Amino acid sequence: MYPQDYRYTKEHEWIKADGGIGTVGITDYAQQELGDVVFVEMPKVGAQIKAGQSFGTVESVKAVSEIFSPITGEVLETNSALVNAPEKINQDPHGSAWLVKMRIADPKELAGLMDAAAYEAYIAEKAKEHSA
Amino acid sequence: MRYLPKSPAERREMLAAIGAGSIERLFESIPEKFRLHDPLPLPGPLSEMEIIAYFQARAAENARGYTSFLGAGVYPHLRSVVTDALIQRGEFLTSYTPYQAEISQGTLTAIFEFQTLMCQLTGQEVANASMYDGSTALTEAVLMAERITDRHRVLIARSVHPEYRQVLATYARNLGLEIEEIGFTESGQLDRAALAPEKLATACAVVVQSPNFFGILENIPALADAVHSNGALLIASIPEPISLGIVRPPAEADIVAMEGQAFGVPPSYGGPYVGVVATREKFVRQMPGRLAGQTTDASGRRGFVLTLATREQHIRREKATSNICTNEALYALAATIHLCLLGKEGIRELAAQNLSKARFAQAELEKISGVRRVFSGPTFNEFTLEFPRSVKLINASLLREKIIGPFPLGTHYPELTKRAVVCVTETMPRAEIERLAAVVRRILETPI
Repeated sequence: MYPQDYRYTKEHEWIKADGGIGTVGITDYAQQELGDVVFVEMPKVGAQIKAGQSFGTVESVKAVSEIFSPITGEVLETNSALVNAPEKINQDPHGSAWLVKMRIADPKELAGLMDAAAYEAYIAEKAKEHSA
Repeated sequence: MRYLPKSPAERREMLAAIGAGSIERLFESIPEKFRLHDPLPLPGPLSEMEIIAYFQARAAENARGYTSFLGAGVYPHLRSVVTDALIQRGEFLTSYTPYQAEISQGTLTAIFEFQTLMCQLTGQEVANASMYDGSTALTEAVLMAERITDRHRVLIARSVHPEYRQVLATYARNLGLEIEEIGFTESGQLDRAALAPEKLATACAVVVQSPNFFGILENIPALADAVHSNGALLIASIPEPISLGIVRPPAEADIVAMEGQAFGVPPSYGGPYVGVVATREKFVRQMPGRLAGQTTDASGRRGFVLTLATREQHIRREKATSNICTNEALYALAATIHLCLLGKEGIRELAAQNLSKARFAQAELEKISGVRRVFSGPTFNEFTLEFPRSVKLINASLLREKIIGPFPLGTHYPELTKRAVVCVTETMPRAEIERLAAVVRRILETPI
């Protein structure tokens, strides 16, 4: 379910590092919690973002949620396909519905994020809290 | 939903339920020095007869029997008893914010109709449920342009209502928004030569008013071209919306900020008024204020609901597009009823009457020696005249004849002393226009 080569945040974003470039999106767990996504607000290309900083929002029929950056870096590209088709986030959250591509300022920050196994354990714990 | 205060018994019950015992106990967490220890210095309760006597006495202080040629942002127009009768129905008059769609379809439907009418009038794609008034609508439009363009300078025509500009300046003071004023030409229109491309390239928006404070219509399409080619937005402020019955709608503007008082709301000292923000659909998420949307219920029936509420501050205070968390629902309803009574033909005819009566008044006044038209641009129901004497002195003499004179421009424009804006709407009888001309002639013929 959760790609092995991605890293994950506690706020349910993923990042896939490729060379010095990180592709960022929200996780399948996040899209399920949000429900039908109707709008995505993304940062401006060229914006300098710090790790943990809110850089956009995802709005669904029942909630609006901030997107927090997993790493520090410059925004290189935003996914323009989501502007007119935000529902892609529900359909393919780990693939074509990526949100932004960023230049990774400090690759060491990636090590501080969860791997797939740790993230799956984290959301399993969350699910337990919910049912408790 | 009825909105009634709690009775003392209910308050006691609520306090007992939360274990507070008394209002004083409930507010204990507020530091001592901020608490009120003495009752507010308010007069005691009055009996019903005393209240009626009090208000009759206050009402008797109102000026009666005056004829007014004062416009400048507030306009006397035809009103129907139908509007007043309908807006005073309890379902509308005492209804609370329609958060619960299942019990608020009447209010929501009325708001949706209002938004639709505002779009039709302004040539825009989406309008909100209303703002406080035209001045705050204009300011909110500028803040919206800032969010859209990420630029923090605004170019505003000096011919925009001076009080609207003051409201903008008040908001801007602590928001890091820079305001630059743009002058006017001898036509009375915005000086387009002052809009250099490098100036526009750093501005979030250019703000014009049409008809402007001098009564002159701005050329919105031509301005839009210049403004857009440099990445700025064009904001059109419309304080006299009856003009839209005859003037081309400001469809080329990116945001329209309107005052709706002319639609069924009487001129009144200090309002209340009803503002409107209308814009293009692509900017809808940057709009301030409430928005009613059309949807279908669980059984597939057409219904209405407040929508895009995540822009509003009761959902996400720190990310809200505006600090407005209300609207002028009752006067938006008045405007809706009034416009429905008028209809398409009615508003056209009303606008045409304004235009022809104002033209007649202008011609009558221009016949007086020393009185001349100041600006060459096209006008609607207001026009600027130059007088050979101080307008304030002329107005003082007019007042003795029970005529409220034109708005003296010298108060806000030092270079325009002895000039004043005359307003003539469809409510002005021909005989009163002729009386104004006769009295002004006599005043000017009298040696000082």
